[in-house]
Amino acid sequence: MSTRLANSGRLIDRSKPVEFKFNGKRFKGYEGDTLASALFANDQMMVGRSFKYHRPRGVVASGAEEPNALFNMGEGGRFEPNQRATTQELFDGLTIRSQNHWPSLEFDIGAVNQLFARWLPAGFYYKMFIHPRPFWKHVYEPFIRQSAGLGQVPQEKDADTYEHFYYFCDVLVVGGGIAGLAAALKEGQAGKKVLLLEQTADFGGRAVVDGVEIDGKSAEAWVQDTLAALNAMPNVTVRNRNMASGVYDHGYVLGYERLTDHLSDKSGPRHRLWRIRAGHIITATGAIERPLSFAGNDIPGVLLAAAVRDYVVNWGVSVGDRTVVVTNNDDAYRTAIILKNAGLAVPAIIDARASGAGPIAAEVEKLGIRVLKGKAIAKVKGKTRVTGVKVCLQAGEGSVIEEIACDCVAMSGGWSPVVHLWSHCGGKLNWDEDLAMFRPDPSRAPTGADGKAFVSTVGSASGYLSTADVLKDAGLEVTTNEVAAAPLEPVWLMPQGAGPKLRMKAWLDYQNDVKVSDVQLAAREGYESVEHTKRYTTLGMATDQGKLSNINGLAILSKSLDASIPNVGTTTFRPPYTPISMGAITGAARDELFQPIHKTPMFDWHDANGADWEPVGHWRRTYAYVRNGETVHDAVNREILNVRENVGTLDASTLGKIIVKGPDAGKFLDMLYTNMMSTLGVGKCRYGLMCNENGFLSDDGVVVRLAEDTWLCHTTTGGADRIHGWMEDWLQCEWWDWKVYTANVTEQFAQIAVAGPKARQLLEKLGGNMDLSKEGFPFMTYVEGKLGEFDARIFRISFSGELSYEVSVPASQGAALWAALQEAGKDLGVMPYGTEAMHILRAEKGFIMIGDETDGTIIPQDLNLQWAISKKKEDYLGKRAQERSFMASPDRWKLVGLETLDGSVIPDGSYVPAPGYNPNGQRNVQGRVTSTYYSPTLKRGIAMGLVKHGPDRMGEVIEFNREDGTMVKAKIVDPVFYDKDGEKQNV
Amino acid sequence: MLLLQCPYCGVNAEETELAAGGEAHLKRATVGDSDEAFEGYLFMRENKKGVHLERWRHAYGCGKWFLAARDTATLEVFGTYPAQTTEPPADVTENIRAKYPDWSWKETA
Ligand SMILES: [Zn+2]
Repeated sequence: MSTRLANSGRLIDRSKPVEFKFNGKRFKGYEGDTLASALFANDQMMVGRSFKYHRPRGVVASGAEEPNALFNMGEGGRFEPNQRATTQELFDGLTIRSQNHWPSLEFDIGAVNQLFARWLPAGFYYKMFIHPRPFWKHVYEPFIRQSAGLGQVPQEKDADTYEHFYYFCDVLVVGGGIAGLAAALKEGQAGKKVLLLEQTADFGGRAVVDGVEIDGKSAEAWVQDTLAALNAMPNVTVRNRNMASGVYDHGYVLGYERLTDHLSDKSGPRHRLWRIRAGHIITATGAIERPLSFAGNDIPGVLLAAAVRDYVVNWGVSVGDRTVVVTNNDDAYRTAIILKNAGLAVPAIIDARASGAGPIAAEVEKLGIRVLKGKAIAKVKGKTRVTGVKVCLQAGEGSVIEEIACDCVAMSGGWSPVVHLWSHCGGKLNWDEDLAMFRPDPSRAPTGADGKAFVSTVGSASGYLSTADVLKDAGLEVTTNEVAAAPLEPVWLMPQGAGPKLRMKAWLDYQNDVKVSDVQLAAREGYESVEHTKRYTTLGMATDQGKLSNINGLAILSKSLDASIPNVGTTTFRPPYTPISMGAITGAARDELFQPIHKTPMFDWHDANGADWEPVGHWRRTYAYVRNGETVHDAVNREILNVRENVGTLDASTLGKIIVKGPDAGKFLDMLYTNMMSTLGVGKCRYGLMCNENGFLSDDGVVVRLAEDTWLCHTTTGGADRIHGWMEDWLQCEWWDWKVYTANVTEQFAQIAVAGPKARQLLEKLGGNMDLSKEGFPFMTYVEGKLGEFDARIFRISFSGELSYEVSVPASQGAALWAALQEAGKDLGVMPYGTEAMHILRAEKGFIMIGDETDGTIIPQDLNLQWAISKKKEDYLGKRAQERSFMASPDRWKLVGLETLDGSVIPDGSYVPAPGYNPNGQRNVQGRVTSTYYSPTLKRGIAMGLVKHGPDRMGEVIEFNREDGTMVKAKIVDPVFYDKDGEKQNV
Repeated sequence: MLLLQCPYCGVNAEETELAAGGEAHLKRATVGDSDEAFEGYLFMRENKKGVHLERWRHAYGCGKWFLAARDTATLEVFGTYPAQTTEPPADVTENIRAKYPDWSWKETA
């Protein structure tokens, strides 16, 4: 059984016991424990069930590479699935539940999948569920959804906060093992600004566990001395619990700092995402031990050899009383020595190499440990935990020589450098035949903006495994007490001739349940590319991203394909190194900060007066002002009728306002608009259209000439930034010798439309020094002066068809002017109106709206706007495009008005079907509706639409489709439904 | 995430503060030009794997458009320069040719 040892445990504080809950049971541990070590201390060997076959699974590793020990952690707003026990530090009150089983971890219905394992091979889902089609929706998908997924989805809003942090440094060192510490020291001493990140809580990596002596000093002391030296340097910053999760272009790195995950006190931000710009990145990310592929290598109690000694040395827990070590290299012998010295039994070291180990063999012999050379594990015995191993020849097919009783198997298939960060931006790898590992190739490093390498590796991440070699790679010559190791022998399958029965139980990917036999099947079925095999078998696609399984799987695949490992190649390494929280990525960008809302100066008044809000770009505009007892629809109709009968006010502050000024401003605007703007008289207004170079309508609005050299261009709401950028593009990149300035003053002014027959009366009530009479202030002109106490520009323009003024005041006066208009207009029946009323008022007048009548494929001519296109101008943006044959075709759909015969409203998005079908088998169409409303003024449905040859078909009745399959008949009419002669706006 | 130096304000700008604007040094075709010339102006782009001359705007900075010579495969930046030019400046061309001696760009070769 696994238990807490009486002594040892360099990371735990035995004076600080903590309690945690596992599946509702109370367990005890110590401060400094990981969840995994604490579970071992409580003899909880089985920690979950596998994804596909629901096989019992135990902890395999002691770090970020752990594939099995994933838990649903926390409760309520702090619930999170797939939390890794080996990297989760224990704290008092921690609550976890095991995953992927029903009804309980010990008794699980899904485990019957194991019985059907023969019929659930690689690609099963692809093959099985593709036919018949209807089964997918009703049978297969619900089944897969039920069985898929490792953890559960959080049901509550995340109770924690997160933040982003920007950091700039000359050198970023990733990894706080001896290589990283040495590299950081060297760079720090050279005067560089250095940041060192270590993903775990403590420093030193493997060297401190393995008890290496460096220059006569214990590794522990060497690490503490080096850390002290680094901390004393003002130019060096050292951070633990901070994982470099990804390397991106031009030296950008994300650091994932876990601030409260190890604490009972959850106050303050939980995670901090470091957004780092580094001049150079040194990855000292170490290496990960590989499992061996033998039958039953997934039974709880089978662990990586180094992990077994980590648990003893770091946390004072033994995985079992009797541990069999199985290996193809010398390093695993250390585990045997450490276990023996801790007073535990090591019945045998099974070494696949016929020649056995180097000088370390003598040490083992001294301790009386039996070494079986050239041997292998044929099979691990046990169901929910290891009870023994059957031994066979590595060279054979698995005939059992003897059985050894044990409750732990410590396996080592060699080491793979952690090359993820090296590879994220394209660093290339070489296959090292002797060490059986992919190593970074420094001559093919990721390159940065200057074309030079911006990532380098050091230590085990470069493929060096002895302490002396590791530190030498970091520029430090030291002597150590380590003895030379005998060469490793690559072992990809154990025994090498294992038959189908054994291969079906030899796991490669623990989390996704991929076995040796699955990869071999994929190869037989023609999968040659490693990327395809990965997706077909799901090898390496789980949350651990194949940290343990990739190289072993690759070796099996290459053998099945009779190709060399480097020729098969690796799959692509992509960030993040281990999963990071969505909260960390989001940072503070949630709730009201997710996307800041644009508010006009009158926002608070609207909000207090029944505003039904509508998002328009980043703005919030009032859709309608809903009164007590009204529906939104009622409010819209009331507002429209009041504009037609009395007077209404619209907050038009969101309209874009761009000042264009300079000696060449007129010439510039003539290029920008389809109309002539240079000839507009000072004090006059003109409606203008803007097209892009494809000829398509892009924006519209009223242009005002404020002075001889100054124009004010109104754009659509939400168009201001885009059009201002568009102007700057042409001025900076094409006509850079033209003397023009532009300024986007949208937010500097509040603008209010005052519309209705009593509009003039209302403005006159405010008083001031401007002549607002019909004669003194004619249609399509503007005046500037005092309106009451306000500094106003008033434009006499109309988007409603009524007598209308748009009053523009400095933003700071907007709220006061709005209030003053409501107050002064009380006896005139003034009411505010919202965007929906505005839309319907303009539709009744047949005015187009950018985004309704246009969709990026509409030219002004489609909308019968020829009158707004200057024929005198040689050129304007879009003119050449509008000459193209397709644009000039008489068959283009054109704007018409539409009147339903029964008075109903044509549904939004309706089309006019035409006879026949197109080559894609879709019904032919001859038109569509673009704006469709109920008009309270006319008390019937009105619409505009684009119809083939529309203007030539006045009076014709056409049919629009409805979603329910029925049709609605509409007569093609003039799009101006109300006040065709424009008498109302010109009074 | 790219870093490009804005030649106007000198800021080493992050990609997030820049807006990409496509290929640089396009010659505007307009009224009077042939359909082919106009098509070339509107639609035909280099789309290179290799050195590309491209437009960027320091959108969340000084607001200026500038041009960059960048290797689209390796992301090496050979230089950035103001947009008020019809061809890359000599020092940028020199930087590119140091790496790719035969490099040329359309008719600006
Ligand atoms: Zn700039």
